[in-house]
Amino acid sequence: MMDALHDVLAPFGPQAGHVRGLWTLTLAVCTVVFAAVLAALLVALLRAQRAGAESAPDLSSLGRPEPGRRRSVIAAVAASTLLLLALIAASIFTDRALARLSTDGALRLEVTAHQWWWEVRYVEPQVADSFMTANEIHVPTGRPVIVTLKADDVIHSFWVPSLAGKKDLIPGRTATLNFRADRDGIYRGQCAEFCGSQHALMAFFVLAEPPERYAAWAAAQRRTAGEPAEGQPLRGREIFMRSSCAMCHAIDGTSAQAVRGPNLTHLASRGTLAAGSLANTPEDLRRWIADPQQVKPGSYMPATRLSSEDMDALVGYLQTLR
Amino acid sequence: MRTPPLRMAGTAVLALASSLALCACEREMRRFETPPDNRAAPRPEAPRTSALQPAEARSDPVRLPAGNGEGYEDNAYNVAQGKRLYRWFNCAGCHAQGGGGMGPALIDDQWRYGSEPAQVFSTIMQGRPNGMPSFGGHLSEDQVWQLTAYVRSMSGQLRKDTAPGRADALQANEPEAARDREPARPGAK
Repeated sequence: MMDALHDVLAPFGPQAGHVRGLWTLTLAVCTVVFAAVLAALLVALLRAQRAGAESAPDLSSLGRPEPGRRRSVIAAVAASTLLLLALIAASIFTDRALARLSTDGALRLEVTAHQWWWEVRYVEPQVADSFMTANEIHVPTGRPVIVTLKADDVIHSFWVPSLAGKKDLIPGRTATLNFRADRDGIYRGQCAEFCGSQHALMAFFVLAEPPERYAAWAAAQRRTAGEPAEGQPLRGREIFMRSSCAMCHAIDGTSAQAVRGPNLTHLASRGTLAAGSLANTPEDLRRWIADPQQVKPGSYMPATRLSSEDMDALVGYLQTLR
Repeated sequence: MRTPPLRMAGTAVLALASSLALCACEREMRRFETPPDNRAAPRPEAPRTSALQPAEARSDPVRLPAGNGEGYEDNAYNVAQGKRLYRWFNCAGCHAQGGGGMGPALIDDQWRYGSEPAQVFSTIMQGRPNGMPSFGGHLSEDQVWQLTAYVRSMSGQLRKDTAPGRADALQANEPEAARDREPARPGAK
């Protein structure tokens, strides 16, 4: 499986940095308040009058009003109000800082969440340059990214802790999230809104790469699937087209054009299968195709019964989709 | 010593409940062997009646069903699988949740191409003119029988104890098990 960062406290971009700053401030304020409350409690306990075990309980306090502690109560209320106001101000400033990220020359992505995978469309000014992928987002370092977020079925939430805060994807609405990755690396993302039985297995990866490597990757993604070599891969493609695979998946450059499941044009170039559920190895791919319900119960992919040779051919073909 | 009447009544209720529970045996029994009529056996073939097909249009004939889907409709597991497949294979894309959309409704009493399991099976395998794709070969016959059973449950053709009583996902209409049977009016438009 991919080795990726998934850490709110280790920001690798300005947006996650702002969120971390607010988190640190809130933690500091809350720690001070917590310590002060405990100290006050301790003082009150130590100063309380104690009676001996045998003496009658002193009920005299019931008869008179509470002793004058007005000054300390007023001071505590004032301090709480000020600290809360300070946190509100910090939150507003963080929000403004998040909104100030420059989006000049930004890369535009459209992410649609499905139960339980992520559809990713790279939107380029030239329609012919746009392309689709799934569960794996490559971005160039240092360049802002504008992600348009949509949901296909239920509410999901897009969250890459090392790069930005969460943003909900709500069916029928469009949200946007801007971020920038300043250092190259692999950052793990995860659906952060409970969305059904496989919510936990709905991960994705953001791969931040130097611009020239990103450009090479994007150019490769724009290519359609090539003609497979004679023999096993050719047979595998035939099986793909003739079985239930082609009913849901698309492979650009072939007659399989369904958009129900993830686009598989460059399946073999991706690190994981089924939204981070399995490593993308021939063995796991085979296991996944043979019985997805065993790997990810409830996922919308039925088992495909194939003979051992047919499965080898199919997996062999899918391995060529780089 | 006499058994207190309350305890006797309790035992009787328990015995009755246990014997009732036995009635539900085999309701969800699963077959892990592919049913015989799925295996290659000489069976009449029929041409596809729709050029619409996933990916490349196939011209090979489809095999017509042997029998009437026995063993599928009286098994809650198979009907429930059919319900999942209905969603997974996006039947809802055209037929919605049975109310119809681009394709005809499936919860009413109108069956353009017949309401019998074997007829529904052929409709899915061969396709039908004006839009219904031919799924023969893309789906296993097992899956087509499961889908057939579920499609028939949508208009209350199945027994209440095997029709689905709940849905895995959002469903706007009442559970299939709670629907009244729509007497089939074949050919009605």
